[in-house]
Amino acid sequence: MIERSNDNVLFRPIDRSRFNQEELVRPSLSQWKETVLKIVKNKLAVLGLILLVVITFFAIFGPHMVSYSYSDQSLTTRNLPPSSDHWFGTDALGRDMWARTWYGARISLTIGVAAAVIDLILGLLVGGISGYMAGRGKIGDRVDSILMRIVEILYGIPYLLVVILLLVVMEPGLWTIILALSITGWVGMARIVRGQILQLKEQEYVSAAQKLGTPHRKIIWRHLFPNMIGIIIVNLTFTIPQAIFAESFLSFIGLGVQAPIASWGTMANDALGVILTGQWWRLFFPGFLISLTMFAFNVFGDGLQDALDPQAKD
Amino acid sequence: MYIIKRFFTMLVTIWVITTLTFIIMHSIPGDPFASDADVLPEEVLENMRAKYNLDEPLPVQYLLYLKNLVMLDLGPSIQSETRDVNTLIADGFPASALLGIQSLVIALIFGLILGIVAALNHNGIIDYLSMAFAIIGISIPSFILAPLLIKYFAVDWGLFPVASWGTWLHTVLPSLALATAPLAIVARFMRSSMLEVMNQNYIKTADAKGLSTTGIVIKHGVRNALIPVISFIGPLAAFLLTGTFVIEKIFAIPGIGKYFVDSIFNRDFPVILGTTIFFSTILIITLFLVDISYRIVDPRIKLTSKGD
Repeated sequence: MIERSNDNVLFRPIDRSRFNQEELVRPSLSQWKETVLKIVKNKLAVLGLILLVVITFFAIFGPHMVSYSYSDQSLTTRNLPPSSDHWFGTDALGRDMWARTWYGARISLTIGVAAAVIDLILGLLVGGISGYMAGRGKIGDRVDSILMRIVEILYGIPYLLVVILLLVVMEPGLWTIILALSITGWVGMARIVRGQILQLKEQEYVSAAQKLGTPHRKIIWRHLFPNMIGIIIVNLTFTIPQAIFAESFLSFIGLGVQAPIASWGTMANDALGVILTGQWWRLFFPGFLISLTMFAFNVFGDGLQDALDPQAKD
Repeated sequence: MYIIKRFFTMLVTIWVITTLTFIIMHSIPGDPFASDADVLPEEVLENMRAKYNLDEPLPVQYLLYLKNLVMLDLGPSIQSETRDVNTLIADGFPASALLGIQSLVIALIFGLILGIVAALNHNGIIDYLSMAFAIIGISIPSFILAPLLIKYFAVDWGLFPVASWGTWLHTVLPSLALATAPLAIVARFMRSSMLEVMNQNYIKTADAKGLSTTGIVIKHGVRNALIPVISFIGPLAAFLLTGTFVIEKIFAIPGIGKYFVDSIFNRDFPVILGTTIFFSTILIITLFLVDISYRIVDPRIKLTSKGD
């Protein structure tokens, strides 16, 4: 028998009148405000965001800051080091590297964002249908299982190999690359969306809403979508650099955008032959900018992920 | 039961890839001898088409290709008179495999060490330095890193040969260039996995029992933290494999990656088809083995079809 007495040394009742239980320890914030506050506190993520803004700014306005176009060739200005006239130097055909580098940024960012947006739309569609139909009678389960078999098979196919194969047979160009990148790229997003929906469907507030007769559309927009958007945005900050990397990789092996269009990958490939002759600017500018963009997306994505993680409260 | 089901999914995936690549390759208008049509007599062209089965209707060609594939015959190359696709792969595979495995070992060993050290030093200087190294390693593509390595380690300081293949010294720079990004990814992955494990109750119990720190870290920490990292070896292998395309090109290494890129430029379709199927099969088998071993290593995961 456990003895209950007030002079127990280990457990003593607390005088609760000393605490104001209704007092708010921290201000009540909406999820968005809290996320923004957390990101602002993360210096590396802020640096990433600033870098992205700067790179985008120069991608839009950079090519117009000089009087040369990315494709202007000139025999008299070949292989010049950076100077006040050519800020990033010139290449073997006398083309201005500043104009080419920022034009390349434009191409790379366009491809990255476009491929990621197509991935997002397809992934939301397939993952959404699959997750929604699962557990909705025999037909629903069948739809889910067929879609998931397709996703499973596509997931097993090596991504870059398919892209290379498609680029071999299609007309080279900007949209071909975007199409090739998104043909298998949406699979990852579809899996994430389906997983999220399956998880959210089990939540009490969703079944409560269902039992109260809330229409499907309202459940989707009020409960499912707002709860998924964080993980979707985080995923976007990782698929965009992945597409940019893939584009420069493909351009590097000669399957990307075709001359005279500049891209960071083709410029790095052009610079391979002259790396030993001391023309450092040929590799440095495109190489540095690819790396900087990757860095910026990675640290910003990491910061966003931490900020949206509800378990990581500080 | 799961293994059998998984095995069939693997076979279906390989079949889908074969069919897809076949359809894609044959959707191109014209045939590979179109440019020779003016110079060569019609009989010769007929013979050449017959040699590559191009005179048959497409479904028959497809079935013939599948039949040969089952017997592991990937067919002849169009560019090379003497070497068929099988010989090309047999010639290139040793170099590529050595490069890939060496990079995988470098990435795993150093990535794991870096991740563990960083996690044990959480929020210390070593942690920040390793993570700074990791994020820079992820950001620099191998095709930018490789020329830099050549410039400094081979040309300026003369420590390693510039390019080509032969002795073990030739393999050092390409392996480093290939391994850096995977190493960084493994380090980050291991760090977060290790941090999570070291927060578990059984670690605190072990600590409370008075076990030595080294014992806890190795027996309870690292062993459990490794499990999610195993599942990462599959994507890592894919990363390394596609990485060999550019690395073999930059260092002029006679591996399959280089043959593959060359065949793209020569529009040598049987070689593209054959190497794609070869690469995909290797990757899919790797994914399969990783998946199975992952489930065997971690008894908490049941070998059921409803995996995730």
